[in-house]
Amino acid sequence: MTIKDIKNTALQYLPFENEIAELDRQIEELRKQHLRDSLQGEASPAIRALQVKQTDLLQQIYTTMTPWQTVQVARHPQRPIFSDYLKNMFKDVRILHGDRCFGDDRAIVTALGQIGREKVMIIGQNKGKDIKEKIACNFGCPNPEGYRKALAKMKLAEKFGLPVVTLIDTPGAYPGVGAEERGQAQAIAVNLMEMSRLRVPVVCVVIGEGGSGGALGIGVGDRMAILEHSYYSVISPEGCAAILWHDGTQAPRAAEALKLTGRELLKLKLVDAVISEPLGGAHRNMHDTLYNVEQYITKNLAQLKRTPIDTLVNARYARLRGIGADCLPASAFAARRGKAKTPGRLPLKDKLAAARDLSETAAQ
Amino acid sequence: MAKNKKAGWDGFSLKPRKEMPEGLWLSCPSCKNMLYKKTVDENLSVCPECRHHFRIDGPTRVRQLVDEGSLEELAQDLASSDPLAFVWGEQAYKNRIKADPDANSAHEAVLVGKAFIRGRGVILAAMDFSFLGGSMGMVVGEKFCRGVDRAIAENLPLVVVSCSGGARMHEGVVALQQMAKTSAALARLDEAGGLYISVLTDPTTGGVAASFSMLGDVIIAEPKALIGFTGPRVIQQTIKIELPEGFQRAEFLVEHGFVDMIVERKDLRSEIGRLIDYCGK
Repeated sequence: MTIKDIKNTALQYLPFENEIAELDRQIEELRKQHLRDSLQGEASPAIRALQVKQTDLLQQIYTTMTPWQTVQVARHPQRPIFSDYLKNMFKDVRILHGDRCFGDDRAIVTALGQIGREKVMIIGQNKGKDIKEKIACNFGCPNPEGYRKALAKMKLAEKFGLPVVTLIDTPGAYPGVGAEERGQAQAIAVNLMEMSRLRVPVVCVVIGEGGSGGALGIGVGDRMAILEHSYYSVISPEGCAAILWHDGTQAPRAAEALKLTGRELLKLKLVDAVISEPLGGAHRNMHDTLYNVEQYITKNLAQLKRTPIDTLVNARYARLRGIGADCLPASAFAARRGKAKTPGRLPLKDKLAAARDLSETAAQ
Repeated sequence: MAKNKKAGWDGFSLKPRKEMPEGLWLSCPSCKNMLYKKTVDENLSVCPECRHHFRIDGPTRVRQLVDEGSLEELAQDLASSDPLAFVWGEQAYKNRIKADPDANSAHEAVLVGKAFIRGRGVILAAMDFSFLGGSMGMVVGEKFCRGVDRAIAENLPLVVVSCSGGARMHEGVVALQQMAKTSAALARLDEAGGLYISVLTDPTTGGVAASFSMLGDVIIAEPKALIGFTGPRVIQQTIKIELPEGFQRAEFLVEHGFVDMIVERKDLRSEIGRLIDYCGK
């Protein structure tokens, strides 16, 4: 599907976009009338007024989105998927198939390609456009052979000094009998270990859904970015809601609690950057989205290529070790529970201060 | 006949009632025998009738595994900082961690320490399913990594007993990244040439299975332990088929080539000792 095709197919509106759908319909109607009425192709003031209103409304909706709405946008059926990026963002693409072991997983695509002037190894999770392709791709849920293929190609990249770019878009690793038989857990585990010490720069971007271990399996790198209306989470909001409330329909509340949007992740320093999307989300303007992602990748690859590889690998490790290193002393909890009244222990205030110092030094 | 089928009427049972005072007796989930708890405890929490391995908590595991009194606990004074400020409804994650009565022992889902197993020095990490399902959050990740650091520094083998449902949901992506963090630490151990023995017990699933558990140089499993990435219930719900008998059990993993050997609890000490003699330095 090209940019043209996206423009030609009718836009699907999300539940919270009803007003926009209505405005779009009015604009379309006016435009038809206008074509009939006027000789010139100039837009009438009425259309222009409506368009301004529509833009304002989009702006309003998309700047004040709830986490659950973000999840919905991330799952939008017309959101650009990996195959769009492969076709339009990379040049001279050569797709490489197979893990040399079991088979070729369609949910993870590996390819040689060029981004900007840089030759890279591209690894991405593909969801598929039409229903036939979606089934072939398992709806973007990789099997173990997908992770093994990704690793094999990363090793290839390492051998020939090609930087690795991974684009993440998966609801999660596939939960199936075959996947378990072929060692889903082991495949992901090995990827985590090997990616942490891969001796080429690795840039990861979440372009849609970042579903748990399935996303992390190709998501360990020197730079981690996320598109504005994407999410990255340890569990799907539905799964979380099912555990907490025994009710999958509470997913909006779970999405809130999980802090899974780009902005929240940036605050927690779990991603390096949030790549902005054009007004109204990636599905309204694929071209600009791809351009933003391309800019981010080329800029960071240039930076990373200048860094000596040992420094890079050490920094990658240090960064991973830093995540969650700001634990509190357990004694702070004991103190807060009023258990620490035995003589010889520090008073509560000092302990909390110590805990704060510890977390501050860890943050540095 | 119709009379007997009234709702709530099930007829009298001639079987003796199986209700016993709490805690004194327990019923084996595998062979359904009533077992005297003390006998089971003396038998390393294994059913004497059918050899069903009961789940045991971290301290018990350590007691069973290491030479008596040899454990020197590492990094015990850590607690989660609740990075997401996770709350759901009336409840808060912060209170869940605090609810643990004894703040200094088994305060988290893993217990890490330096110990001796049959006279061989090891760094041991034992996970504790009783604390939030043994889930891996920032504390588990940090303790694990510090254990790995110590193993590298002192050139000791690392023994990890996994027992966990996966990553801790309440810590979001911070918990998820602990998978990468622990795996990266193990990469360092690997490069330093350290031995890592991973012991999988019932259950080892999710983020723990998909990170350090499956990266052992030697992987041991306890009999019939549930090991896998996705839990069987979720698989059943997703693909809606009847799962085969023994699916995701330790024997299944041996058959598919992901576990080196199955070792009964009573032999665990000697087997680990022997492996260290073969591979350790």
